[in-house]
Amino acid sequence: MHHSIEIDHLTFAYPDGHPALDDVSLIIQPGEKVALIGPNGAGKSTLILHLNGILTGKGFVRVCGLDVSQPGNLNRIRAMVGLVFQSPDDQLFSPTVYDDVAFGPLYQGLPLEEVNQRVTDALNAVRMSAYIQRVSHHLSVGEKKRIAISTVLSMNPEVLVLDEPTAGLDPRARRSLINLLHEMPLTMLVSTHDMHLVRDLFPRMIIMDEGRIVADGQTEQLLYNTALLEQHGLEAPC
Amino acid sequence: MIHTLDARVKFLLAIGFILTTSLTPGERWPVFILLLAVILSVEVLSELGILFVWRRALLALPFVLAALPLLFTTTGNTLFEFYMGKWHLMASWEGLERFASIAMKSWLSVQAAILLASCTPFPELLAAMRAVRIPRLLVAIFGLMWRYLFVLVDEAMRLMRARAARSSTSDQTATRPGRDIAWRARVTGGMAGNLFLRAFDRSDRIYMAMLARGYDGEIRSTPLYPLTAQERLVLTVGFLILLLLLTLAYLL
Repeated sequence: MHHSIEIDHLTFAYPDGHPALDDVSLIIQPGEKVALIGPNGAGKSTLILHLNGILTGKGFVRVCGLDVSQPGNLNRIRAMVGLVFQSPDDQLFSPTVYDDVAFGPLYQGLPLEEVNQRVTDALNAVRMSAYIQRVSHHLSVGEKKRIAISTVLSMNPEVLVLDEPTAGLDPRARRSLINLLHEMPLTMLVSTHDMHLVRDLFPRMIIMDEGRIVADGQTEQLLYNTALLEQHGLEAPC
Repeated sequence: MIHTLDARVKFLLAIGFILTTSLTPGERWPVFILLLAVILSVEVLSELGILFVWRRALLALPFVLAALPLLFTTTGNTLFEFYMGKWHLMASWEGLERFASIAMKSWLSVQAAILLASCTPFPELLAAMRAVRIPRLLVAIFGLMWRYLFVLVDEAMRLMRARAARSSTSDQTATRPGRDIAWRARVTGGMAGNLFLRAFDRSDRIYMAMLARGYDGEIRSTPLYPLTAQERLVLTVGFLILLLLLTLAYLL
Protein backbone atom coordinates (compact mmCIF):
# COMPACT_ATOMS: atom_id res chain seq x y z
CA MET A 1 0.00 0.00 0.00
CA HIS A 2 1.42 3.38 -1.01
CA HIS A 3 1.06 6.63 0.87
CA SER A 4 -1.31 9.10 -0.74
CA ILE A 5 1.10 12.02 -0.43
CA GLU A 6 4.79 11.85 0.37
CA ILE A 7 6.85 15.03 0.44
CA ASP A 8 10.51 14.82 1.31
CA HIS A 9 12.75 17.86 1.94
CA LEU A 10 10.90 20.08 -0.51
CA THR A 11 12.40 23.55 -0.98
CA PHE A 12 11.10 26.14 -3.42
CA ALA A 13 11.82 29.77 -4.25
CA TYR A 14 9.84 31.90 -6.69
CA PRO A 15 11.70 33.14 -9.80
CA ASP A 16 12.19 36.55 -8.19
CA GLY A 17 14.24 34.83 -5.47
CA HIS A 18 11.56 35.07 -2.79
CA PRO A 19 11.77 31.80 -0.82
CA ALA A 20 8.37 30.13 -0.35
CA LEU A 21 9.05 26.62 0.94
CA ASP A 22 11.94 25.59 3.16
CA ASP A 23 12.69 21.91 3.71
CA VAL A 24 9.10 20.66 3.95
CA SER A 25 8.53 16.95 4.64
CA LEU A 26 5.24 15.18 5.32
CA ILE A 27 3.37 11.96 4.70
CA ILE A 28 -0.40 11.63 4.37
CA GLN A 29 -1.94 8.16 4.54
CA PRO A 30 -4.81 7.13 2.25
CA GLY A 31 -8.15 8.21 3.67
CA GLU A 32 -6.60 10.71 6.07
CA LYS A 33 -8.17 14.17 6.35
CA VAL A 34 -5.55 16.80 7.11
CA ALA A 35 -5.85 20.55 7.64
CA LEU A 36 -3.08 22.91 6.55
CA ILE A 37 -3.01 26.02 8.71
CA GLY A 38 -0.84 29.11 8.72
CA PRO A 39 -0.86 32.87 8.27
CA ASN A 40 -1.08 34.47 4.82
CA GLY A 41 2.15 33.99 2.91
CA ALA A 42 3.18 30.94 4.96
CA GLY A 43 3.54 28.84 1.80
CA LYS A 44 0.31 26.84 2.00
CA SER A 45 -0.84 27.59 -1.54
CA THR A 46 2.68 27.10 -2.88
CA LEU A 47 2.83 23.67 -1.24
CA ILE A 48 -0.54 22.76 -2.73
CA LEU A 49 0.58 23.72 -6.23
CA HIS A 50 3.45 21.23 -5.90
CA LEU A 51 1.06 18.33 -5.43
CA ASN A 52 0.19 18.14 -9.11
CA GLY A 53 3.35 19.53 -10.57
CA ILE A 54 2.18 23.04 -11.44
CA LEU A 55 5.20 24.19 -9.47
CA THR A 56 8.30 22.05 -9.03
CA GLY A 57 10.88 22.69 -6.34
CA LYS A 58 13.99 20.95 -5.07
CA GLY A 59 13.17 17.79 -3.18
CA PHE A 60 10.91 14.83 -3.67
CA VAL A 61 7.12 14.74 -4.09
CA ARG A 62 5.28 11.47 -4.64
CA VAL A 63 1.51 11.31 -5.04
CA CYS A 64 -0.35 7.98 -4.99
CA GLY A 65 2.96 6.22 -5.61
CA LEU A 66 3.90 8.36 -8.65
CA ASP A 67 6.89 10.69 -8.73
CA VAL A 68 5.71 14.21 -9.62
CA SER A 69 9.09 15.18 -11.10
CA GLN A 70 8.64 12.63 -13.92
CA PRO A 71 6.91 14.54 -16.74
CA GLY A 72 5.28 11.33 -17.95
CA ASN A 73 3.42 10.97 -14.67
CA LEU A 74 2.01 14.47 -14.59
CA ASN A 75 -1.23 13.79 -16.44
CA ARG A 76 -2.05 10.74 -14.31
CA ILE A 77 -1.29 12.69 -11.15
CA ARG A 78 -3.57 15.53 -12.19
CA ALA A 79 -6.43 13.04 -12.46
CA MET A 80 -5.67 11.57 -9.05
CA VAL A 81 -5.23 14.87 -7.22
CA GLY A 82 -8.40 16.93 -7.40
CA LEU A 83 -7.11 20.44 -6.82
CA VAL A 84 -9.75 23.09 -6.14
CA PHE A 85 -8.48 26.65 -6.26
CA GLN A 86 -9.45 29.29 -3.75
CA SER A 87 -11.42 31.44 -6.16
CA PRO A 88 -14.16 29.42 -7.85
CA ASP A 89 -14.05 32.02 -10.61
CA ASP A 90 -10.68 30.64 -11.61
CA GLN A 91 -11.88 27.09 -11.39
CA LEU A 92 -14.95 27.66 -13.55
CA PHE A 93 -13.68 28.76 -16.92
CA SER A 94 -16.36 27.31 -19.21
CA PRO A 95 -19.69 28.84 -20.21
CA THR A 96 -22.00 26.36 -18.47
CA VAL A 97 -21.85 24.15 -15.39
CA TYR A 98 -22.00 21.05 -17.58
CA ASP A 99 -19.03 22.15 -19.68
CA ASP A 100 -16.95 22.76 -16.59
CA VAL A 101 -17.73 19.52 -14.82
CA ALA A 102 -17.26 17.61 -18.07
CA PHE A 103 -13.91 19.25 -18.85
CA GLY A 104 -11.74 16.73 -16.94
CA PRO A 105 -13.33 13.54 -18.30
CA LEU A 106 -13.69 15.00 -21.80
CA TYR A 107 -10.02 15.95 -21.80
CA GLN A 108 -9.16 12.40 -20.82
CA GLY A 109 -10.92 11.30 -24.00
CA LEU A 110 -13.57 9.19 -22.28
CA PRO A 111 -16.62 8.15 -24.32
CA LEU A 112 -19.58 10.52 -24.10
CA GLU A 113 -21.89 8.20 -22.12
CA GLU A 114 -19.24 7.82 -19.45
CA VAL A 115 -18.59 11.57 -19.40
CA ASN A 116 -22.30 12.22 -18.86
CA GLN A 117 -22.44 9.60 -16.12
CA ARG A 118 -19.44 11.17 -14.38
CA VAL A 119 -20.99 14.64 -14.62
CA THR A 120 -24.26 13.39 -13.15
CA ASP A 121 -22.46 11.59 -10.32
CA ALA A 122 -20.20 14.53 -9.55
CA LEU A 123 -23.10 16.99 -9.45
CA ASN A 124 -25.14 14.58 -7.31
CA ALA A 125 -22.25 14.32 -4.88
CA VAL A 126 -22.38 18.08 -4.27
CA ARG A 127 -26.22 18.11 -4.57
CA MET A 128 -26.21 20.45 -7.52
CA SER A 129 -27.74 18.23 -10.23
CA ALA A 130 -30.44 20.81 -10.94
CA TYR A 131 -27.77 23.29 -12.05
CA ILE A 132 -26.36 21.23 -14.90
CA GLN A 133 -27.41 23.63 -17.68
CA ARG A 134 -26.90 26.86 -15.73
CA VAL A 135 -24.40 29.52 -16.72
CA SER A 136 -21.67 29.43 -14.07
CA HIS A 137 -21.15 33.17 -14.33
CA HIS A 138 -24.47 33.87 -12.62
CA LEU A 139 -24.22 31.51 -9.64
CA SER A 140 -23.73 32.59 -6.03
CA VAL A 141 -20.35 32.08 -4.37
CA GLY A 142 -21.60 29.09 -2.37
CA GLU A 143 -23.00 27.47 -5.52
CA LYS A 144 -19.81 28.16 -7.44
CA LYS A 145 -17.82 26.57 -4.64
CA ARG A 146 -19.81 23.35 -4.87
CA ILE A 147 -19.58 23.25 -8.65
CA ALA A 148 -15.84 23.86 -8.36
CA ILE A 149 -15.54 20.76 -6.16
CA SER A 150 -17.63 18.70 -8.55
CA THR A 151 -15.34 19.71 -11.45
CA VAL A 152 -12.59 17.66 -9.85
CA LEU A 153 -14.84 14.89 -8.51
CA SER A 154 -15.72 14.07 -12.12
CA MET A 155 -12.13 12.88 -12.61
CA ASN A 156 -12.59 10.30 -9.80
CA PRO A 157 -9.62 11.60 -7.81
CA GLU A 158 -8.01 9.78 -4.91
CA VAL A 159 -6.95 12.92 -3.09
CA LEU A 160 -8.98 16.09 -2.75
CA VAL A 161 -6.91 19.22 -2.20
CA LEU A 162 -8.83 22.38 -1.34
CA ASP A 163 -7.47 25.91 -0.95
CA GLU A 164 -9.53 27.95 1.53
CA PRO A 165 -12.85 26.20 0.80
CA THR A 166 -14.94 28.21 3.27
CA ALA A 167 -13.56 31.67 2.46
CA GLY A 168 -16.32 34.11 1.54
CA LEU A 169 -19.22 31.77 2.34
CA ASP A 170 -22.20 32.71 4.48
CA PRO A 171 -22.82 30.51 7.56
CA ARG A 172 -25.41 28.31 5.87
CA ALA A 173 -23.35 27.69 2.74
CA ARG A 174 -20.33 27.08 4.95
CA ARG A 175 -22.17 24.59 7.14
CA SER A 176 -23.49 22.65 4.16
CA LEU A 177 -20.02 22.57 2.60
CA ILE A 178 -18.59 21.18 5.85
CA ASN A 179 -21.27 18.46 5.89
CA LEU A 180 -20.46 17.67 2.28
CA LEU A 181 -16.73 17.32 2.95
CA HIS A 182 -17.51 15.22 6.01
CA GLU A 183 -19.38 12.66 3.90
CA MET A 184 -16.71 12.26 1.25
CA PRO A 185 -14.52 9.20 1.70
CA LEU A 186 -11.51 10.75 -0.10
CA THR A 187 -8.08 11.60 1.26
CA MET A 188 -8.11 15.33 1.92
CA LEU A 189 -5.59 18.09 2.39
CA VAL A 190 -7.31 21.39 3.03
CA SER A 191 -5.63 24.74 3.47
CA THR A 192 -7.75 27.06 5.60
CA HIS A 193 -7.99 29.90 8.11
CA ASP A 194 -11.28 28.57 9.42
CA MET A 195 -10.45 27.04 12.82
CA HIS A 196 -14.00 25.81 13.39
CA LEU A 197 -13.73 23.86 10.17
CA VAL A 198 -10.45 22.38 11.39
CA ARG A 199 -11.96 21.37 14.73
CA ASP A 200 -15.07 19.81 13.18
CA LEU A 201 -13.57 18.00 10.25
CA PHE A 202 -9.87 17.24 10.52
CA PRO A 203 -8.32 14.85 13.07
CA ARG A 204 -4.83 15.96 12.03
CA MET A 205 -3.45 19.43 11.40
CA ILE A 206 -0.22 20.84 10.03
CA ILE A 207 0.86 24.38 10.91
CA MET A 208 3.10 26.23 8.45
CA ASP A 209 4.86 29.54 8.90
CA GLU A 210 7.48 31.24 6.72
CA GLY A 211 7.71 28.25 4.40
CA ARG A 212 8.34 25.65 7.11
CA ILE A 213 6.20 23.11 8.90
CA VAL A 214 6.25 24.26 12.52
CA ALA A 215 3.85 21.68 13.95
CA ASP A 216 2.20 18.49 12.73
CA GLY A 217 -0.06 16.44 14.96
CA GLN A 218 -3.46 15.71 16.46
CA THR A 219 -5.87 18.59 16.07
CA GLU A 220 -7.27 18.22 19.58
CA GLN A 221 -3.82 18.74 21.05
CA LEU A 222 -2.50 21.46 18.77
CA LEU A 223 -5.71 23.44 18.65
CA TYR A 224 -5.59 24.16 22.37
CA ASN A 225 -1.90 24.99 22.49
CA THR A 226 -2.62 28.73 22.53
CA ALA A 227 1.02 29.70 22.94
CA LEU A 228 1.95 27.85 19.74
CA LEU A 229 -1.02 29.26 17.80
CA GLU A 230 -0.37 32.83 18.90
CA GLN A 231 3.29 32.55 18.05
CA HIS A 232 2.27 31.92 14.45
CA GLY A 233 -0.45 34.52 14.23
CA LEU A 234 -3.37 32.09 14.67
CA GLU A 235 -6.30 31.89 17.05
CA ALA A 236 -7.95 28.95 18.75
CA PRO A 237 -11.69 28.60 17.97
CA CYS A 238 -13.80 29.84 20.85
CA MET B 1 20.34 61.20 -18.79
CA ILE B 2 17.37 60.37 -21.00
CA HIS B 3 15.69 58.70 -18.04
CA THR B 4 15.66 61.83 -15.88
CA LEU B 5 14.46 64.17 -18.64
CA ASP B 6 10.98 65.59 -18.08
CA ALA B 7 8.28 63.30 -19.48
CA ARG B 8 6.64 66.20 -21.38
CA VAL B 9 9.85 66.90 -23.29
CA LYS B 10 10.31 63.23 -24.13
CA PHE B 11 6.70 62.78 -25.17
CA LEU B 12 6.70 65.81 -27.48
CA LEU B 13 10.05 64.90 -29.04
CA ALA B 14 8.95 61.29 -29.61
CA ILE B 15 5.73 62.45 -31.28
CA GLY B 16 7.76 64.97 -33.31
CA PHE B 17 10.16 62.26 -34.41
CA ILE B 18 7.35 59.95 -35.47
CA LEU B 19 5.63 62.77 -37.39
CA THR B 20 8.87 63.70 -39.15
CA THR B 21 9.45 60.07 -40.09
CA SER B 22 5.99 59.61 -41.51
CA LEU B 23 6.02 62.93 -43.39
CA THR B 24 9.31 62.12 -45.11
CA PRO B 25 8.59 61.05 -48.72
CA GLY B 26 9.27 57.39 -49.43
CA GLU B 27 12.33 57.62 -51.63
CA ARG B 28 14.43 60.01 -49.52
CA TRP B 29 16.85 57.41 -48.21
CA PRO B 30 19.55 59.87 -47.01
CA VAL B 31 17.00 61.42 -44.63
CA PHE B 32 16.03 57.98 -43.30
CA ILE B 33 19.68 57.29 -42.57
CA LEU B 34 19.96 60.62 -40.71
CA LEU B 35 16.78 59.81 -38.75
CA LEU B 36 18.25 56.41 -37.89
CA ALA B 37 21.40 58.19 -36.69
CA VAL B 38 19.31 60.44 -34.45
CA ILE B 39 17.38 57.58 -32.87
CA LEU B 40 20.55 55.48 -32.50
CA SER B 41 22.32 58.27 -30.65
CA VAL B 42 19.37 58.64 -28.29
CA GLU B 43 19.42 54.87 -27.77
CA VAL B 44 23.11 55.04 -26.87
CA LEU B 45 22.50 57.99 -24.52
CA SER B 46 19.62 56.15 -22.82
CA GLU B 47 21.99 53.29 -21.85
CA LEU B 48 19.23 50.79 -22.58
CA GLY B 49 21.36 49.04 -25.16
CA ILE B 50 20.60 49.13 -28.86
CA LEU B 51 19.98 45.38 -28.91
CA PHE B 52 17.31 45.72 -26.23
CA VAL B 53 15.40 48.27 -28.33
CA TRP B 54 15.83 46.28 -31.52
CA ARG B 55 14.64 43.06 -29.98
CA ARG B 56 11.50 44.82 -28.83
CA ALA B 57 11.09 46.48 -32.22
CA LEU B 58 10.73 43.01 -33.74
CA LEU B 59 7.21 43.03 -32.30
CA ALA B 60 6.19 45.47 -35.02
CA LEU B 61 7.42 43.18 -37.77
CA PRO B 62 4.14 41.35 -38.45
CA PHE B 63 2.35 44.67 -39.05
CA VAL B 64 4.82 45.56 -41.79
CA LEU B 65 3.52 42.57 -43.72
CA ALA B 66 0.29 44.51 -44.27
CA ALA B 67 2.26 46.65 -46.72
CA LEU B 68 3.44 43.62 -48.69
CA PRO B 69 0.73 43.89 -51.42
CA LEU B 70 2.34 47.21 -52.46
CA LEU B 71 5.09 45.13 -53.97
CA PHE B 72 2.63 43.85 -56.58
CA THR B 73 0.15 46.70 -56.94
CA THR B 74 2.64 49.43 -57.82
CA THR B 75 3.31 49.60 -61.54
CA GLY B 76 6.85 50.08 -62.87
CA ASN B 77 9.90 48.13 -63.96
CA THR B 78 9.33 44.42 -63.45
CA LEU B 79 11.44 42.84 -60.75
CA PHE B 80 10.07 39.31 -61.06
CA GLU B 81 6.75 37.73 -61.93
CA PHE B 82 4.97 34.47 -61.31
CA TYR B 83 1.58 32.80 -61.67
CA MET B 84 -0.54 31.75 -58.73
CA GLY B 85 -3.45 29.78 -60.15
CA LYS B 86 -4.97 32.13 -62.68
CA TRP B 87 -3.48 35.20 -60.99
CA HIS B 88 -0.56 36.83 -62.67
CA LEU B 89 1.57 38.57 -60.02
CA MET B 90 4.17 41.08 -61.07
CA ALA B 91 6.55 42.70 -58.57
CA SER B 92 8.09 46.03 -59.51
CA TRP B 93 11.19 47.92 -58.36
CA GLU B 94 9.00 50.87 -57.44
CA GLY B 95 6.81 48.59 -55.35
CA LEU B 96 9.84 47.19 -53.59
CA GLU B 97 11.07 50.69 -52.79
CA ARG B 98 7.69 51.73 -51.38
CA PHE B 99 7.47 48.59 -49.30
CA ALA B 100 11.02 49.05 -48.00
CA SER B 101 10.39 52.70 -47.09
CA ILE B 102 7.21 51.81 -45.20
CA ALA B 103 9.09 49.09 -43.34
CA MET B 104 11.85 51.59 -42.54
CA LYS B 105 9.38 54.22 -41.34
CA SER B 106 7.58 51.84 -39.05
CA TRP B 107 10.86 50.48 -37.70
CA LEU B 108 12.08 54.01 -36.89
CA SER B 109 8.76 55.02 -35.30
CA VAL B 110 8.55 51.88 -33.22
CA GLN B 111 12.05 52.51 -31.89
CA ALA B 112 11.03 56.01 -30.80
CA ALA B 113 7.94 54.65 -29.06
CA ILE B 114 9.93 51.90 -27.31
CA LEU B 115 12.51 54.42 -26.14
CA LEU B 116 9.81 56.67 -24.76
CA ALA B 117 8.05 53.82 -22.98
CA SER B 118 11.20 52.27 -21.52
CA CYS B 119 12.73 55.51 -20.26
CA THR B 120 9.59 57.01 -18.71
CA PRO B 121 7.55 55.67 -15.81
CA PHE B 122 4.03 55.24 -17.08
CA PRO B 123 2.31 57.54 -14.56
CA GLU B 124 4.67 60.35 -15.62
CA LEU B 125 3.84 59.66 -19.23
CA LEU B 126 0.13 59.98 -18.43
CA ALA B 127 0.75 63.29 -16.66
CA ALA B 128 2.73 64.46 -19.68
CA MET B 129 -0.12 63.54 -22.02
CA ARG B 130 -2.54 65.54 -19.88
CA ALA B 131 -0.10 68.46 -19.82
CA VAL B 132 0.06 68.62 -23.63
CA ARG B 133 -3.75 68.71 -23.84
CA ILE B 134 -4.48 65.19 -25.02
CA PRO B 135 -8.19 64.70 -24.21
CA ARG B 136 -8.50 63.80 -20.54
CA LEU B 137 -10.95 60.99 -21.15
CA LEU B 138 -8.47 59.33 -23.51
CA VAL B 139 -5.68 59.69 -20.96
CA ALA B 140 -7.97 58.26 -18.28
CA ILE B 141 -8.67 55.28 -20.53
CA PHE B 142 -4.92 54.74 -21.11
CA GLY B 143 -4.36 54.89 -17.37
CA LEU B 144 -7.09 52.40 -16.50
CA MET B 145 -5.97 50.11 -19.31
CA TRP B 146 -2.42 50.08 -18.00
CA ARG B 147 -3.60 49.49 -14.45
CA TYR B 148 -5.93 46.59 -15.24
CA LEU B 149 -4.01 44.92 -18.03
CA PHE B 150 -1.84 43.26 -15.40
CA VAL B 151 -4.88 42.20 -13.39
CA LEU B 152 -6.35 40.67 -16.52
CA VAL B 153 -3.11 38.89 -17.41
CA ASP B 154 -3.01 37.46 -13.89
CA GLU B 155 -6.58 36.31 -14.28
CA ALA B 156 -5.81 34.63 -17.58
CA MET B 157 -2.80 32.92 -15.98
CA ARG B 158 -4.99 31.60 -13.15
CA LEU B 159 -7.56 30.27 -15.62
CA MET B 160 -4.83 28.49 -17.55
CA ARG B 161 -3.43 27.05 -14.33
CA ALA B 162 -6.88 25.72 -13.42
CA ARG B 163 -7.15 24.13 -16.85
CA ALA B 164 -3.70 22.54 -16.56
CA ALA B 165 -4.65 21.11 -13.17
CA ARG B 166 -7.55 19.23 -14.74
CA SER B 167 -5.87 18.15 -17.95
CA SER B 168 -5.19 14.54 -17.12
CA THR B 169 -4.97 11.01 -18.46
CA SER B 170 -7.59 8.40 -17.68
CA ASP B 171 -6.67 5.06 -16.09
CA GLN B 172 -8.50 3.43 -18.98
CA THR B 173 -5.67 2.80 -21.41
CA ALA B 174 -7.65 3.03 -24.65
CA THR B 175 -8.40 6.76 -24.41
CA ARG B 176 -6.41 9.59 -25.91
CA PRO B 177 -5.95 12.67 -23.71
CA GLY B 178 -6.74 16.09 -25.09
CA ARG B 179 -9.53 14.83 -27.37
CA ASP B 180 -9.25 16.75 -30.66
CA ILE B 181 -8.24 20.22 -31.66
CA ALA B 182 -11.81 21.41 -32.27
CA TRP B 183 -12.79 20.54 -28.71
CA ARG B 184 -9.69 22.20 -27.26
CA ALA B 185 -10.35 25.28 -29.36
CA ARG B 186 -13.91 25.41 -28.03
CA VAL B 187 -12.66 25.25 -24.44
CA THR B 188 -10.16 28.03 -25.12
CA GLY B 189 -12.89 30.09 -26.75
CA GLY B 190 -15.04 29.60 -23.65
CA MET B 191 -12.15 30.79 -21.50
CA ALA B 192 -11.67 33.89 -23.62
CA GLY B 193 -15.39 34.66 -23.39
CA ASN B 194 -15.27 34.14 -19.65
CA LEU B 195 -12.37 36.55 -19.36
CA PHE B 196 -14.31 39.09 -21.36
CA LEU B 197 -17.37 38.77 -19.11
CA ARG B 198 -15.23 39.19 -16.02
CA ALA B 199 -13.46 42.22 -17.45
CA PHE B 200 -16.89 43.65 -18.15
CA ASP B 201 -18.10 42.92 -14.60
CA ARG B 202 -14.94 44.30 -13.15
CA SER B 203 -15.28 47.53 -15.11
CA ASP B 204 -18.74 47.92 -13.59
CA ARG B 205 -17.38 47.39 -10.09
CA ILE B 206 -14.50 49.80 -10.72
CA TYR B 207 -16.88 52.42 -12.01
CA MET B 208 -19.08 52.02 -8.91
CA ALA B 209 -16.02 52.28 -6.68
CA MET B 210 -15.05 55.46 -8.53
CA LEU B 211 -18.54 56.90 -8.14
CA ALA B 212 -18.45 56.02 -4.45
CA ARG B 213 -15.44 58.27 -4.12
CA GLY B 214 -17.03 61.20 -5.90
CA TYR B 215 -16.06 60.61 -9.54
CA ASP B 216 -18.08 62.92 -11.81
CA GLY B 217 -16.56 62.18 -15.20
CA GLU B 218 -13.73 64.63 -14.76
CA ILE B 219 -10.28 63.49 -13.75
CA ARG B 220 -8.32 66.00 -11.75
CA SER B 221 -4.62 65.97 -11.26
CA THR B 222 -2.08 68.07 -9.44
CA PRO B 223 -0.59 70.69 -11.77
CA LEU B 224 2.98 70.10 -12.98
CA TYR B 225 5.76 72.63 -12.44
CA PRO B 226 6.67 74.68 -15.55
CA LEU B 227 9.54 73.44 -17.72
CA THR B 228 12.98 74.71 -16.71
CA ALA B 229 15.13 76.74 -19.10
CA GLN B 230 17.34 73.73 -19.73
CA GLU B 231 14.35 71.53 -20.60
CA ARG B 232 13.05 74.21 -22.94
CA LEU B 233 16.45 74.28 -24.61
CA VAL B 234 16.44 70.48 -25.13
CA LEU B 235 12.94 70.70 -26.56
CA THR B 236 13.82 73.55 -28.94
CA VAL B 237 17.06 71.96 -30.16
CA GLY B 238 15.27 68.65 -30.66
CA PHE B 239 12.51 70.27 -32.72
CA LEU B 240 15.03 72.27 -34.76
CA ILE B 241 16.90 69.08 -35.67
CA LEU B 242 13.66 67.40 -36.72
CA LEU B 243 12.57 70.46 -38.70
CA LEU B 244 15.93 70.55 -40.45
CA LEU B 245 15.61 66.89 -41.41
CA LEU B 246 12.10 67.45 -42.71
CA THR B 247 13.21 70.44 -44.81
CA LEU B 248 16.05 68.36 -46.14
CA ALA B 249 13.61 65.62 -47.09
CA TYR B 250 11.62 68.00 -49.30
CA LEU B 251 14.60 69.88 -50.75
CA LEU B 252 16.52 66.78 -51.81
